[in-house]
Amino acid sequence: MNVRAWILALLLPVMAQAQGFAGLGTTAEGFAVPDPAYRLTFPADHGAHPTYRIEWWYVTATLEGADGRDYGVQWTLFRSALAPEEREGWQSPQLWMGHAGLTTPERHFSAERMARGGIGQAGVIAAPFSAWIDEWRMAGPDFDRLEMRAAGPEFAYRLEMEARGPLVLHGAQGYSVKSADGQASHYYSQPFYDVTGVLTLPGGDVAVTGEAWLDREWSSQPLSEDQSGWDWFSLSFDTGEKMMAFRLRGGRGDFTSGTWIAADGSAEPIPDGRIVVEPLREAEVAGREVPVDWRLRLPERGVDVEVEALNDEAWMDTNFAYWEGPVRVRGSHAGKGYLEMTGYE
Amino acid sequence: MRRAILAALWSHWRRHPVQLLTLLVGLALATGLWSAVQAINAEARASYARAEAQMGGAGLAELHAPSGVIPLATYVALRRAGWQVSPVLEGPLRHGGRVFTVMGVDLLTHPPLPAIAESGADIAPVEALGAPGRLFARPGDAAALAGRDGLPPVVATEAVPPGLILTDIGAAEAVLGRPGEVSRLLVLPEQPLGRAPLNEVAPDLVEVAPEGRADTARLTDSFHLNLTAFGFLSFAVGLFIVHGTVGLALEQRRGMIRTLRALGAPLGTITRLVAAELLALALIGGLAGLALGFLLAGLLLPDVSATLRGLYGAPVEGGLSLRPGWVASGLAMAVAGTLAASAASLGRLARMPLLAGAGSRAWSLRPRGWRMMAGAGLVLIGGGVGAIALFDGLVAGFVFLGGLLMGGALLLPPALALVLRLAAGRARGLVAQWVWADMRAQLPGISLALMALLLALAANIGVGTMVSSFRLTFVGWLDQRLVSEVYVTARDDAQGVAVAAWLETRADAVLPIRSAEIRYAGAPLFVYGIVDHPTYSENWPLLDALPGVWDRVVAGDGILINEQLARREGITPGEEIVLAPDWRMEVVGVYSDYGNPTGQAITALDVLLRHVDGVPNQRFGVRVPPDRATALAQDLRAAFDLPPRAVVQQAGVKAQSLAIFDKTFVVTGALNVLTLGVAGFAILTSLLTLWTQRLPQIAPVWALGLTRARLARLELLRSVALAAMTAVLALPLGLVLAWALLAVINVEAFGWRLPMHLFPLDWLRLFALAIIAALIAAALPARRLGRLPPAQMLGVFANER
Repeated sequence: MNVRAWILALLLPVMAQAQGFAGLGTTAEGFAVPDPAYRLTFPADHGAHPTYRIEWWYVTATLEGADGRDYGVQWTLFRSALAPEEREGWQSPQLWMGHAGLTTPERHFSAERMARGGIGQAGVIAAPFSAWIDEWRMAGPDFDRLEMRAAGPEFAYRLEMEARGPLVLHGAQGYSVKSADGQASHYYSQPFYDVTGVLTLPGGDVAVTGEAWLDREWSSQPLSEDQSGWDWFSLSFDTGEKMMAFRLRGGRGDFTSGTWIAADGSAEPIPDGRIVVEPLREAEVAGREVPVDWRLRLPERGVDVEVEALNDEAWMDTNFAYWEGPVRVRGSHAGKGYLEMTGYE
Repeated sequence: MRRAILAALWSHWRRHPVQLLTLLVGLALATGLWSAVQAINAEARASYARAEAQMGGAGLAELHAPSGVIPLATYVALRRAGWQVSPVLEGPLRHGGRVFTVMGVDLLTHPPLPAIAESGADIAPVEALGAPGRLFARPGDAAALAGRDGLPPVVATEAVPPGLILTDIGAAEAVLGRPGEVSRLLVLPEQPLGRAPLNEVAPDLVEVAPEGRADTARLTDSFHLNLTAFGFLSFAVGLFIVHGTVGLALEQRRGMIRTLRALGAPLGTITRLVAAELLALALIGGLAGLALGFLLAGLLLPDVSATLRGLYGAPVEGGLSLRPGWVASGLAMAVAGTLAASAASLGRLARMPLLAGAGSRAWSLRPRGWRMMAGAGLVLIGGGVGAIALFDGLVAGFVFLGGLLMGGALLLPPALALVLRLAAGRARGLVAQWVWADMRAQLPGISLALMALLLALAANIGVGTMVSSFRLTFVGWLDQRLVSEVYVTARDDAQGVAVAAWLETRADAVLPIRSAEIRYAGAPLFVYGIVDHPTYSENWPLLDALPGVWDRVVAGDGILINEQLARREGITPGEEIVLAPDWRMEVVGVYSDYGNPTGQAITALDVLLRHVDGVPNQRFGVRVPPDRATALAQDLRAAFDLPPRAVVQQAGVKAQSLAIFDKTFVVTGALNVLTLGVAGFAILTSLLTLWTQRLPQIAPVWALGLTRARLARLELLRSVALAAMTAVLALPLGLVLAWALLAVINVEAFGWRLPMHLFPLDWLRLFALAIIAALIAAALPARRLGRLPPAQMLGVFANER
């Protein structure tokens, strides 16, 4: 038994679902399962749902510095339950993991935190909203106004986020079906944050402004075994429209899906097979080939864009390693976004 | 040519197989004892290193609380201020008469733990992290723990050091009954930017650098140094044998070498070949010694492990493994030792004039030589005394011991020469005069062996006196400390209260034994709380105290500390110590506390309870008239359904303590006997060496009318007389050695000074042993002399060889 391997095994399903992909054919083993009749209520559902196996608060921000350069920031808090209950003290079955990333055109920084539930080292409170692990936190008087901070040995950031649009519920009222077998998650986003803040880099502090996208999701069903990884895009176009799109790479063929978000926040699900993604360029990152430039098409919306990594080396060197970094968008629509890729061995 | 020389050299060993054997045995003994000690040391150190590596966190700084307990809230506060720390909760678990250390870590944030990674057990995270959790222990320990109620399931794994129970901190809290507590925090290697300063987040905590911690390796350093010193002494004694044998072999081969040179063999080639021959013999003897050392280490290691575990709580495993470094160093020592021991002989060979005769007394010393030896000896002793006068510490202590022993050894031959000269002057009768004079003539040849004997005897007296003094003091101290007739341990605090109430009417007094582990000066300190009872003031052994010491202690106005703490921190009565920010106390006395490596203190029970929460209330000393003790113990067991080990009578505790004590010095005793054996062997070698030179000296005496039998008896007498004189001279040296061990080495190594007791009976026994060794060593040459054909005696006159 290897402690690291354990944690990995533990968090793999969390990671696999982090972007909203449910796997196929798994059971919930006593955990609550998403219910299509359930209506999300706020602020309560901003908080943790300990009876579900997995849950996350996932923020990516595309930023521009006062120095005119592009930056990207990631802040993620994962919750993974070993059992569907909460308990005081060390033997709480709720485990927490934090990931923070900061990408500049030349460098990429990442950091990781682990914590046990039940002792106050990590947790989430719905209102006034507060999510934290160690000194990293994302908190504010409500979900629309948040301060977000994290630090690693070589970097730190402190960002103020203010929502200028509504929450976006994915799928049917936030009940997001993930497969033909019926697996689903509760899933909503806040993709409309305006951001100001300061990045601390080895070269000094940089003031930044930009946009952030927050994903909230909880479920109890991990990925299926034949799926080797995924490519996930969150794109903000200059038109004010946004698009979330992903491809799940599996032995039984790829699965693509997404959500089209209008400038006013109204959302429309994109069913399987409509989005076409195609790698354009691979780069060697951390000893493996990773596709860092993509062509992405959604014909029904007239989208045909090239997505290009700001920094090929945006490798998250965490216990479960993956690629996550900011991208530039060109083509039929121009804009910025974030790309996440897992499973490239 | 080379082949012919080699054949000639080898023919010597063929004709003298005993000599060859002696040389090889001497080398093997020297290498063996030295390697055994090295193997033991290496194994113990490897165990510490393995244990530390297995537990992760090696080389990390730690945060400690002066009170010894860090609240869980402080850990969370540190984490939330950016401090990347990982909590460890440690404590003892008593079970079946053994004390295990429970080490609870946060499996999620602790540095990689090979101990669990290598356990090979298939444990789901929810089992190890959730309730009740899992304990990881060595198979033997796991078996011992099996069946104990209230413990989480135990996973057996070889990867955990002996005596340790590794588990998640959540399970450790429950097992130790210390919820919400942390013993120490490991400061992880990667710390984020913008971390708040420690004094803002947790001003009570202190950051301790890894080198500032009293780790096992440092604690046990002195013990290993002791063993090394012993090993080196054995090595030196073994080299005396090698020196004697090589000298003899070259003496005996003088004629052959002269012949070889006369036949045209260059001296350089001969010298090189002799050196090569020695090298080969050194390797063979060294290899044999390594085998012997490995065997010996295997025999001694279990006892050494028990000692180290008992004295220091050091995790030493019982098994021995062959290490390449150890083999290489053992062989190197054998070769270097052989060359050093034969350098003089080789030098003489290289300078030997072509026509020098055989059998001349090549290594005799003149009075000027004696004076030089005496001078060198005095310089060495002076150097040793100077070292201890000018410097403190264990190394100075060993320099003193080394100077003393080597100087003493160098002084021996001049001293013996002096004694012999005085004796010869007073001798009456021709035979007596001849015997004395002959002894003086023999002295140079046998002096090295006698020096070996002196060293062995002195070491024996010194170490023996130390151990016996220690034991005597320890027994007396046990008598003082273990005053209560019955000792009882309740299962938990509730039962403790019930037991105390039950005893109230049945015993003369019930003395609670309650203690808490706190940290003082970066090391654990066990503070005991006592109630007012004459048992303490009448019996407790105090080394130093202020007036009215016991009244002040029970009034909560002062604290007693043990000798170890007093010496380590340089605290004298009258000084104040700070046990916690709000807990300062004046030290009113110092007590002896043998066998305990950690600091200890005694204060009034209510003072202890005021400053430390959750002090267990489970152990009691019970005063009853001794004739009622057994009945009371039985009643107690029956009334509370206590296991036999939970209720112990005084005699049982004493026997147990003494057994542990005796085990501690098994190794010392074994090395002592071996050293003496080696010295006896050295005498035998020397006498055999002298044998060839004896004939021309004895033959004239025989011709003058002394029978061979009488000569043989005189031979024995001479050997015994020299051994006896050496033994007498060894006594003062041994006593000084004992003093140094008790007053210098012990204080440095263990933290306590012991009063010195003298054991004349032991000296007599040792004296007898020395005489017997000399008799046995001389028996072979004497027997040979007694049976020597007269023709051979006559031959001395016939051809002068």
